[in-house]
Amino acid sequence: MPIKIKREAAGQGIIDQVKALSGIDVNACLQCKKCTNGCPVSGFTSSSPSEIIKKLQLGAGEELLDSEIIWVCSSCATCFSRCPMEINMAEVMDALRARGAAKPQGNMPLMNKLLLGTIKTFGRTYDLGAMVLYKAGTASYAKDLDKLPMILKKGKIALLPPHGADKKMVKRIFNNLEKTRKKST
Amino acid sequence: MKYAYFPGCSAESTARDLYLSTMAVARALGIEFTEPEAWSCCGTTMAHQVDHDLSLSLAAVNLLKVKDMGLDMVVSCASCYSRMKIANHEISTNPKKREIVSAALGRDYDGAVKVRHFVEILIEDIGLDAFKKALTHSLGGLKVASYYGCLMVRPPEVAGFDDPENPVYMDRLINAMGGVGLDWPHKVECCGGSLTLTRSDLVVKLSESIIAMAKDSGAECMAVACPMCQINLDMRQDDIFKAAGRRYDMPIIYISQLMGSCLGISEDALGLNKLIVSPKEAMNHVRSSVRS
Repeated sequence: MPIKIKREAAGQGIIDQVKALSGIDVNACLQCKKCTNGCPVSGFTSSSPSEIIKKLQLGAGEELLDSEIIWVCSSCATCFSRCPMEINMAEVMDALRARGAAKPQGNMPLMNKLLLGTIKTFGRTYDLGAMVLYKAGTASYAKDLDKLPMILKKGKIALLPPHGADKKMVKRIFNNLEKTRKKST
Repeated sequence: MKYAYFPGCSAESTARDLYLSTMAVARALGIEFTEPEAWSCCGTTMAHQVDHDLSLSLAAVNLLKVKDMGLDMVVSCASCYSRMKIANHEISTNPKKREIVSAALGRDYDGAVKVRHFVEILIEDIGLDAFKKALTHSLGGLKVASYYGCLMVRPPEVAGFDDPENPVYMDRLINAMGGVGLDWPHKVECCGGSLTLTRSDLVVKLSESIIAMAKDSGAECMAVACPMCQINLDMRQDDIFKAAGRRYDMPIIYISQLMGSCLGISEDALGLNKLIVSPKEAMNHVRSSVRS
């Protein structure tokens, strides 16, 4: 299938930003497609790791951030593990997610935000708390509800928030990084 | 043998059974575990998907605690293992990252603490001979598909765990216990991991292909070492039945639970009652191996 990109003004591509964010140069890619052939999710979505790289090389811009694969990549790192040029595609995906955080597709960013929120508050993840907020945020209470009685009966999830972590230190990490970022922008 | 043991958040919630069985096995083998004081979350998948510096710092604050203890860090959760290893790798090879992390922590960390998976120390430090000597029970020929998933083995130059495409550490433990570690092709496929709530449709598809392959390879149960894999493969079997019409009833058992049962530890103490697909039939293979 031919790979097409929208024509951007010269220098509008995001390949340099991806490199700045991840430290990874995708120009080394040979398009052997081992990444795509090993990718567990590319068969279920419209794009693939090798196509993302080719589009970056061709100078694609913000349009790339609309590719669904960025938001369904499970970070399994099969792509990087099998790449003959040792391109860390898993981290390129992280960089694209960071770049596209303002207009994400799907609910992965919401789930990530809620779970990180519990770490910032308690110093450890509080799955049940994040899950309840996620269900509220996506109005998806009914989904997976059938599993709740069994999970509660088996004690397969903690009901109360975690305690015992060095919460002050964890908060300090979040705040320090926030400050450094503000200074550099 | 003394180690700093990092339980990870799931030890207190969705993987209580992994924690209980790991601790029980360690005790039975005379391994001494001390938890780093006031440990905090390693950052797991969501931190690196949002902010790499945060991900490295959240792992590093725990590694620094272990550095002060002067011990190696042992981890039983595949996700914590992966994040700790990646943080060490980035911090020790990239001076810029070391600077960012050290500024966030308020203390310098060099990335030098050794991080080991519980399965690794059994094979590499305890050794199969000593492990076999401690066994009181056998798996009685139970056919087990060992499933390693992503985070223990990838990326290989960072994880450094066994063989990244065909790992056998868990199989060696299973064979040592009198089980049959099956040679099967989906050992390191991805179950969908953290997409479990956001894209459960994909998790159901990926988990089915893994369980189906295990079943077709003759497995009577699967052995896992990752809390995310365990819950996806175990909890999604009803959804798989609804979506694909095939019922597998495949028990998804932590490798530490299998080890514990061969060390004579009770099923309750190993948290076997927490598994969703009943392991009863598989565990019926376990028999005493002590000669009377």
